[in-house]
Amino acid sequence: MTDLLENAAVLDVLCPMHLVLTPTGHIHHAGPTIQKLRPDTPLAGQRFLEAFAVKRPRTIRGMDDLRRAADIKLHLEFHDAPRTEFKGVLVPLPDGRMIVNLSFGISILDGVRDYSLTNADFAATDLAIEMLYLMEAKTAAMEASRRLNLRLQGAKIAAEEQAFTDTLTGLKNRRALNTVLERLIATREAFAVMHIDLDYFKAVNDTLGHAAGDHVLQVVARAMVEETRRTDMVARVGGDEFTVVLQDVNSDDVLRRVGQRIINRLEEPIQFDGEVCKISASIGTVWIQGGQKLTMENILADADVALYASKHAGRACQTFYTPDLRDAPANGTPPPGRGVARG
Amino acid sequence: MHGLINRSIQNFVCDSYGPANWAEAARLAGLEFTEFEAMLSYPDTITPAVLDAVCDVLDRPREEVLEDVGTYLVSHPTYEAVRRLLRFGGVNFSDFLHSLDDLPARARLALADLELPGIELREHADGQFSLLCEAPVAGYGHLMMGVLRVMADDYGALVLLDHTGSAGGVETLTIMVVEADYSAGRSFDLGARA
Repeated sequence: MTDLLENAAVLDVLCPMHLVLTPTGHIHHAGPTIQKLRPDTPLAGQRFLEAFAVKRPRTIRGMDDLRRAADIKLHLEFHDAPRTEFKGVLVPLPDGRMIVNLSFGISILDGVRDYSLTNADFAATDLAIEMLYLMEAKTAAMEASRRLNLRLQGAKIAAEEQAFTDTLTGLKNRRALNTVLERLIATREAFAVMHIDLDYFKAVNDTLGHAAGDHVLQVVARAMVEETRRTDMVARVGGDEFTVVLQDVNSDDVLRRVGQRIINRLEEPIQFDGEVCKISASIGTVWIQGGQKLTMENILADADVALYASKHAGRACQTFYTPDLRDAPANGTPPPGRGVARG
Repeated sequence: MHGLINRSIQNFVCDSYGPANWAEAARLAGLEFTEFEAMLSYPDTITPAVLDAVCDVLDRPREEVLEDVGTYLVSHPTYEAVRRLLRFGGVNFSDFLHSLDDLPARARLALADLELPGIELREHADGQFSLLCEAPVAGYGHLMMGVLRVMADDYGALVLLDHTGSAGGVETLTIMVVEADYSAGRSFDLGARA
């Protein structure tokens, strides 16, 4: 090894970021690349621990500590700016001298940028160039993937926005309901909104499982479509909540009959896997005479108030909204979480 | 074939000849879309069909079109990344030529599912090389010729390139490096910020 050192060119090629230290801890020779980082000040002649700070192990304070830290990984940095960080390893020689070999480690990209290094500054066997290649290639690939993800996400949002169907029941969904309501409100037509909440449905789900629950919802959906007119719209707006919009309603009698037919149909026992599911429905209805200036939020809130009046009246019935329902202490306000803001 | 390859052809036609020509080529090739996604994969049969359609629309032979695609890939600003990644291969042009054998492996490092055709460099007398290009899509050698022409300029080397035909699915290029340091070439900064 000592022979090799006499010919500094060998280490300069193999480890261009090495330093040879004298027994007193002075830098005797610096490899070409490490010297390139400090073009204006020769490293040779400086005290190693004055040019470099040892960050880890933290116990290293002087050259004696350093000499004992042979063969372990050192974390170092330049004392003065730019305070480039290095990984290093120290090997003591029999004659008291030491060799410290440095590398940029994870800060390779900063190092290459800060000092405009080229391929020639790294040993031919050093993986630094491959590392830089990989970082650049992966960054480009990630960027392309990110753009694809953004496009796909945009397409997904667009598709969802265009979707007006509840996939489980085939009924319209809340988005479709909103669209229809906005249109009816804008044209100030007469129409009615029935808010229907299934009774005892939770028991079906809890005792017979979600498959049974899903089956019931599908049967219920079919029944509602059959008991309403083709021009009416049935939407599933929550787990077991439905809203029917009826247009061209001339009297509340019609609404009463439709509501009763729906309740009667839903009370017919539903078979599932040898089990019988029994449910019913509570309905809150708002009849909007034409020409009124309304908001969708108000209409749905009124329907909610009427629905909870039905629930309080013992379920399985229909209530028409009237403003005094809001004054009745029992139904004053819907329970928390069941207000109009419900999504 | 990887979407990146198909997308390159699409971008080449759009940037050089306009989107209308590309739309026509896509229609002619029977694509049900006009935009390739660079990060998705497509059936292998699509690429030759697209190339045939592009040649029909542009009324140019495939070898010319592919050489232009090769030139485009390493010179258009959109594809600066490709030029840079190739420059990582070597410090000078002949070093770069020797790195071409590793090109498919390097491409796989960047994108695990990107399969480039195999290439093999043979060095003959001083400054004379031949490059054997596997060509799963006929004309790939011409694309490589376009790439090499630009890269030689990039390194500032004066080279003569020739496509000497194909046999058994392998196309051969001959490369003569007349002068390695003919011009300054373009700079290559290892740590350039994108």
